[in-house]
Amino acid sequence: MPDVSWDSYSLLAVYSSMAVYAIAFIAFAFDVARRRDPEEQRAHERELVTAGGGSAPTTTAPATTARPARRNLAKVGFALTVLAWVLHAAGTVMRGIAAERVPWANMYEFALTSIAIIVGIFVFVQLWRDLRFLGVYITGLATVFLGVATVNFYVSPTPLPPALQSYWLVIHVFVAALGTGFFALGSGLSILQLLRSRASGLAFVDRLPGASALEDLSYRVSVIGFIFWTFTLIAGAVWAEHAWGRYWGWDTKEVWTFVIWVVYAGYVHARATRGWRGTRSAWLQLIGFAAILFNFTIVNVFFKGLHTYSGLE
Amino acid sequence: MSSRSSDQAAAAAAKADRRADAAAARSARDDAGHDPMRPSDHVDSTAPAEATGGPRLGPIGWLRFAWRQLTSMRTAIVLLLMLALAAVPGSLVPQRSSDPNGVIAVRDANPDLVWLYDALQLHDVYTSPWFSAIVILLLVSLVGCVIPRMRHHWAAMRSRPPRTPARLSRLVGFQTVPGDAADVERAEGVLKRLGYRTERYADSVSAERGYLRETGNLVFHGSIVVIVVAIVAGSGFGFQSQRLVVEGEGFSLAGASLDTLTTGQFVSADDLPAFGVHLDELDVVYETENPDAIGQPIDFTAFVEVTEDGETHPGQIRVNEPLQVQGSDLYLISNGYAPEVTVTNAEGTVVFDEIVPFLAGEDPNMSSLGVIKLPDGLAEQVGLQGFFYPSAAQLDTGAYASYFPDVLNPLLTLQVYTGDLGLDSGVPQSVYQLDTEDMTQVAGRDAPEPPLLIGPGETVDLPDGLGTISFDGVRRYAVIDVHRDVTQGWVLAGAIALVAGLLASLLIPRRRLWVKATDAGLEVAGLARGEDPRLESAVDDLARRLRGDDDAPAARQGDGRASPGAADASDEPPSTGEPAGDPRA
Repeated sequence: MPDVSWDSYSLLAVYSSMAVYAIAFIAFAFDVARRRDPEEQRAHERELVTAGGGSAPTTTAPATTARPARRNLAKVGFALTVLAWVLHAAGTVMRGIAAERVPWANMYEFALTSIAIIVGIFVFVQLWRDLRFLGVYITGLATVFLGVATVNFYVSPTPLPPALQSYWLVIHVFVAALGTGFFALGSGLSILQLLRSRASGLAFVDRLPGASALEDLSYRVSVIGFIFWTFTLIAGAVWAEHAWGRYWGWDTKEVWTFVIWVVYAGYVHARATRGWRGTRSAWLQLIGFAAILFNFTIVNVFFKGLHTYSGLE
Repeated sequence: MSSRSSDQAAAAAAKADRRADAAAARSARDDAGHDPMRPSDHVDSTAPAEATGGPRLGPIGWLRFAWRQLTSMRTAIVLLLMLALAAVPGSLVPQRSSDPNGVIAVRDANPDLVWLYDALQLHDVYTSPWFSAIVILLLVSLVGCVIPRMRHHWAAMRSRPPRTPARLSRLVGFQTVPGDAADVERAEGVLKRLGYRTERYADSVSAERGYLRETGNLVFHGSIVVIVVAIVAGSGFGFQSQRLVVEGEGFSLAGASLDTLTTGQFVSADDLPAFGVHLDELDVVYETENPDAIGQPIDFTAFVEVTEDGETHPGQIRVNEPLQVQGSDLYLISNGYAPEVTVTNAEGTVVFDEIVPFLAGEDPNMSSLGVIKLPDGLAEQVGLQGFFYPSAAQLDTGAYASYFPDVLNPLLTLQVYTGDLGLDSGVPQSVYQLDTEDMTQVAGRDAPEPPLLIGPGETVDLPDGLGTISFDGVRRYAVIDVHRDVTQGWVLAGAIALVAGLLASLLIPRRRLWVKATDAGLEVAGLARGEDPRLESAVDDLARRLRGDDDAPAARQGDGRASPGAADASDEPPSTGEPAGDPRA
């Protein structure tokens, strides 16, 4: 028997995390909006001159340690993101306790879990690379998506229908959420790559790593997403064979999972092909992520198919 | 390497290719480096030298040109995007294979568009010639790309690491550590321990690792071919059938006993396995406590007895647990109710005594629609059509509905028609549909008499003194799907190989390292062959080992890791895996 109080604690934690994500977003946004410092301005001009001269620009990002006070906003934003993520993760776990199963068996729960994974990847990826310049994108995404999930997708915890009573629910759906998380991070990097690849004149954009460095980062992150997505596709087929008696039937959700896989396969090839590197492959990355969002929202709610587990009526 | 200059090189290469000028393309290949999925010395699909003399291109030259175009990576990307796009309409328009009722509904709703659906085969997208054409072109492109690479990789696996380049300073991570020619031997030992394949050239050692990357790549692409071939072959050798079976009844796998049977091209109905299935009981559990989920199904279990070779043994089929018998799988697809109905005529003779399956529609509370046809025995032909409610409740409008899916308060409501059932017309009819065109409603909403309401165990009179009808009880039925797919094991094996190949091809770096004794000391440098973001740190690591101080911090900066506290990532891009050119050139 599901425990109603756990679910209300979970909701409380999720609402709190949304508020903190929103504040983190504001902090990151102010950090992004700050103007060029005089020293940075000189570096910027130098870069324009060298780029105009056709020789390779040698500027590096200004050493940030020189202006610790200015960078505090990004630090505040990141600390708040961590706090919000802890609340969010706690809310997700409590939802699982309330439902007495994994917290990803309907649309609301999947949104809760996959957004927690997106932010979690962003938080932990800092141990590897400083990608705090993605803070605006990630916290903005988290605030909006959690808002949509709680307002539009919320359902009270219910037991699993027979078709979902399988260990594949734990594996297939969780790996899909992991893949989504890496693709989300990759598309943030691709958006910045597109901004960086043309002269914007924006201080924030000029402060970013070079377009080709962003492209490399996006590729490395998206490739991990691609591996998880491949596994999702195969695990889904194995489960479909157990539950529905066929491993592939072009169900609407299967179609879209396939479409996403093929688009990202194209992306991986594009990285390896002259004329497709750079801006074009970044667009492919973004088309792939748009297809993921479409698959999760529009396909779930409006398309008829066997994956009718949104819990919405 | 600066990001901007490499972008310019790529742009220049793209422009050159657009002109389809073979010479320009050849030089672009040398300038812009190789594509990272392939060894740097692999020859991509640039037009061969003999094709440069445009006008003199014979038919064979043109064929070769077309083949190279088709098997180029650029074409593969376009085909992949076309495949993604082509798959989308099948999710927008109902497909015959997955949603036959949706197909009928769409065609009924848009009669003016039926010709368009048919012309574009929008109800059979995934078997349509235009979709198949893309898949076949993609497969041909893939095979045409993979076979030369297999040959190339086979040769590469058997060859030794290449000669050390004259000037290592052009390469990635170039640095000098103290040492002389006597240390080259030691360097070779270090590289061997790190898993490199090594070769000595005078005062230098050349090393290469990561051959498994290309092996994985080829396995990945090869397993796609295996999967597609297995799927196509499987459709020819398998069969699929369905049968609705009421509790206490059974069926055998002889074709006549099945409701539907689809067999592959190479399978006849005689090839079906010989076993029978008897449904003892279908156990259904509904949620009764959670107020947000009252009536939600929790479990379906079909208890069956399987008869094969004259012996009978019990078995169970559950939703995620199919039952396997003689290489075929039995699945529980859906369920419903079948009321037991008896009809007697005016003389008191029983003219109908059957268990009639009623089909549950979309209603989660299982109100089900059914039809009873009585062609003989009564004064005239009678058709009954109506609902079975497992837990009936009367709405304010007077109509009935079911409030729970389990049998708490069963009720049968039937409308009665008399006239011609149309059974003699020769046109096959569904037992679940009543053709009322030539019939008159004598009891029901449009008739003077109200519809029949029959509770369990009750008997009521048919209108016009035709006789009586009784509702004796209700049983559950299960729809069981029996099918055999002989190649699905191959598909699974292909899928596992595909994942293994993908992991190897994306995660294993292929790289070359060189150590060369010069007057200044030991020169160390590396070359990426494909995506290799950690090449610099690999060179650094080697240099550290040669210095003999494994624990010392990196002497060079830029090992790709931003120092803690630095807010902006280093502007220096991690190695993009684009070498300045083949070092042997």
